[in-house]
This record gives sequence, C-alpha cells and structure tokens, in this order.
Amino acid sequence: MRRSHAEAALPWIVALALALLWEAVVRCFAVPEFLLPAPSAIGASMAKWWWPLLDSAARTLLNTVLGFALAVAFGLALGVAIGASPLLYRALYPLLIGFNSVPKVAVVPVLVIWFGGGIVPAVITAFLISFFPIVVNVATGIATVEPELRDVLRALGAGRLDIIRKVGLPRAMPYFFASLKVAITVAFVGSIIAETVAGNQGVGHLMLVASSRFDVPLVFAGLVVTGAMGVAMYALAAVLEARTTGWATRGQRDGLGFGA
Amino acid sequence: MSNAFVQVDGVALRHPGADGTLALEHCTLSVAEGEFVAVVGPSGCGKSTLMRLVTGLWRPTAGGVVVAGREVAGPLSIAGMAFQNPSLLPWRTVLDNVLLPLEVVKPHRSRLRRERAAYEAEARALLALVGLAGFEDRFPWQLSGGMQQRASLCRALIHRPGLLLLDEPFGALDVFTREELWLVLQEVWRTRRPTVLLVTHDLREAVLLADRVLVMSARPGRIAAERRVPFPRPRALEGTYTPAFGAMVGELRALVGAAREVPAGAA
Repeated sequence: MRRSHAEAALPWIVALALALLWEAVVRCFAVPEFLLPAPSAIGASMAKWWWPLLDSAARTLLNTVLGFALAVAFGLALGVAIGASPLLYRALYPLLIGFNSVPKVAVVPVLVIWFGGGIVPAVITAFLISFFPIVVNVATGIATVEPELRDVLRALGAGRLDIIRKVGLPRAMPYFFASLKVAITVAFVGSIIAETVAGNQGVGHLMLVASSRFDVPLVFAGLVVTGAMGVAMYALAAVLEARTTGWATRGQRDGLGFGA
Repeated sequence: MSNAFVQVDGVALRHPGADGTLALEHCTLSVAEGEFVAVVGPSGCGKSTLMRLVTGLWRPTAGGVVVAGREVAGPLSIAGMAFQNPSLLPWRTVLDNVLLPLEVVKPHRSRLRRERAAYEAEARALLALVGLAGFEDRFPWQLSGGMQQRASLCRALIHRPGLLLLDEPFGALDVFTREELWLVLQEVWRTRRPTVLLVTHDLREAVLLADRVLVMSARPGRIAAERRVPFPRPRALEGTYTPAFGAMVGELRALVGAAREVPAGAA
C-alpha cells in the first residue's frame, strides 16, 4: 500500500524536481526572461493572464475533442472495414500511408481557403492527425483473428458480420484503446497547429500573439496548459482502457500508463 | 455402406494457386452414425484438410462429401469442432465461451435470449460432465491448458451436434492431462453418442478411444489401411498396457511407417 502511494506520487516529485532545477539554472546563469523564463515567471504569468488562458484552453480542448471524436468514429469504421477485407486493405492502405505522411501544417492553409478561419480548420486538423493510428490499430486487431477461431465459427454457419461482432471487435479493443492514447495526444498537436497558423482563438493563437509581443512567459504558460490537458486526456483514456479491457492484461493492474 | 453418416467419396483437394499442392487424392471413407473413428497418419498427410472438407469449410476439387444424407455444400451447423489450440475468447467467462455457438447456430440464436436459463443449465451440465463444475465464471486465462481444452470440448458440444470433429485436441497437453481427457472424451461419447471423427498423432489415443482407426498415406493423402478396435467399452487406462493393446498399437505404428513411404512418381 505504501509503495503504491509512493509510486503515484513519483511523477509529481519528478516534475517538481525538474521545475526546481530549471529555476536554479535560470537564476544562477541569469538567463534573460525572453530566452527562457523561470517556472516562477511562468507561474506569475499564468496567474496574471488566467482568464485568457482558461478561455483559450477551453476552446483548444473543444477543438481537440471534436476532432478526436470524429477520428474515433471514422477510424473505428474504416479500421473494421480494412481489417475485415483484404481487398480493401490492399486498395486503401498505401493511400492512407501517403496521406498520413503529408505534414498537417501544409494542409491548414488549404483548409482555411475552404472553410475560413475559426473552429473548423482546427477540428479537421485534429481529426486528420489522430485518425491514422486508430485505423491502423483497429485493422490489426480485426485482421489477426486466429484462423482456428474463425473456422469454429464459420463451421457453425457464422457470417462475416457475426465473426466481426463476436470476435473481431472485442479482440480489437485493446489495440483500439492503445491507439486512443496516442491519438488524443496528437490531436492536441493538430488543433494547436491549426490555431497557430490560421486561427483567431485557442491556445495556439494565444501563444502566437504572446510571442509577437515577446511575452515569452505567457508562451510557456500556454505550453504548460497544453501539456496538462494532454496528460489529463491520456489518463482518461487509460482509465477507460483498464475498465473495459482488463482481460487483455490478464487482470494485472501494473500495466503501462496511468491504469487505475 | 448405405447407412453411413459421413461418406467421403473419391475426394481430391488441390490447394488454390498455380503451385497448389495436392493434399488429398482418391480419399474414400465412411463413418456410421454414432461411430467413433480415429484418423492417424504421417504429418502433413492432409488429416486436417479432411476435417475441413467434412465440415464444409472447404470444397473438394473432385469427388463428393455427404453428411447425414446430404451433399456438403457449405458450413455444417450439425458439426462441432475442437482443435489443438483451445482458442477460447479471453474476454468471456468459461460459461459464455461455451455458450458462444448458440449465439451463431440457426435455431438457437433467436431463442437464446428468451431461454437463456435453460441453455445456461445445459452448459453447466456439460461443464460438470468434463469436470469443470465451479469454474463457470472464471476467465480462460485463469485455467490450465487441460482445463481450457475441456472447456473447448464443451463449446464443441453445446449445440448438441450430431457430428464431432476433433483435430488433435489433446496434442499440446502433457501425458497425464492427455490420458485424463481421453477418459473424459470417452464418457462424453458414451453419454451423448455423437458421431466422432478424431484426427490424432497419438496411436494409443486412437486405439483407446476409437471403434475404427483409419491410416492415411503420405501426401496426397488417402486411406491406406483400416483396423477395427475389438476391445470392449468402457476402456480403462490400464487396458493400454495389456499385450493385446500393445500389439494393436505396434501394428498401427508399422502401417503409419509404411504409409510414410512416398509412392514413386508422386509429387
């Protein structure tokens, strides 16, 4: 019990130690604030600008979650289709890889031309960047159903849909949740890129404005807030994973991540 | 034989593709209703292919397969299957794994929800028969390999199949567990009397369990020899150490050895 408490506190202790080290380095070497602000300066900036930060964070979170939700819906559907059909897999996979290799920063201006500024480009960029890992993982889970199991069910008269429903989907769930943890963090990357390049709102926009005014502590405050949101969403995905696919870790609770 | 439950008639199977190997050729056999037949043979002789043909998972390149008086043209729901790998679903309890076929097989899948209690009672009775009473709510990965194979056997039996197809079901188990499961299978067969086709590498297993043992030749596989097992039932493990039993296993061993000699000119 004591040990697990200590383990839970460990990330906080490490973060605190890192912040102290950072503070010490900045003070000892008298690093100017516009190069690297000390954590205390970042904290002060957060306190000073708490309302714009909170407002921007809420918008970024909304953009990210919307894009992420789209990615989950499309990714799940496309992953099942590709995993279940070797023909679709062969037809679409190279295309998907090519598409995923395009840097999303390059896509944002196109999205702005199509949809204007505001929320839409950010949501779409978050979606575009986060749906690929979901597709790949779900497809893998569905495609790797054991042949014997497929035979047992097919011999009983099970159709393709039966096999996907009874075996493929439950089997793909651990892969799916693993991909969610990757997808949610990159979804933040997507929405913030779009907000920086095109937006007039969100943390990305806030950081752009702050850096143009050389308010570097505020830029760092934006980074910290984004990181915190990423960790929180990741933890949420990990808890969901532990709840729904505990069988995959064979009941062991000391798996990877933030599992409960 | 006119009263055959399973009739395989001059079947050939070539795997698809330009360089597809000929797995079976001129393969003919029949199994009477309620009979227990074991198929033995050198590895790679097409025993598993034969299984897949009988269940309708694959179609023969030549010849025909008739089961229960009907030409096999697609998957047969009157068959239950178990393989060397128990392949239970890790996210389902043992009980739910056993019930899985009922969610798929035609007359049951629409009734399952309404008559869940009756079906569950049936599954529990089966699990008790194979010695898994009390393990219904465990997950497969909490069981030993032998226990998983027992559950797999129950899954093969839950929809009361007329035909039980077993592809080396005990091949991955240690000797003691295997011998224990032989007796379990014999008990299941004696109480339920399904027609059984058992593919195995283990000649003692074949002689202990089967009414008749078929020896397959090397690829392309066909039935090279056949021996009727004369020992009365129920057969006990001690019986496997009698001279008569040993002689029969020895004879089959020689037949399998002879069947391994690839005939001249065969690919």
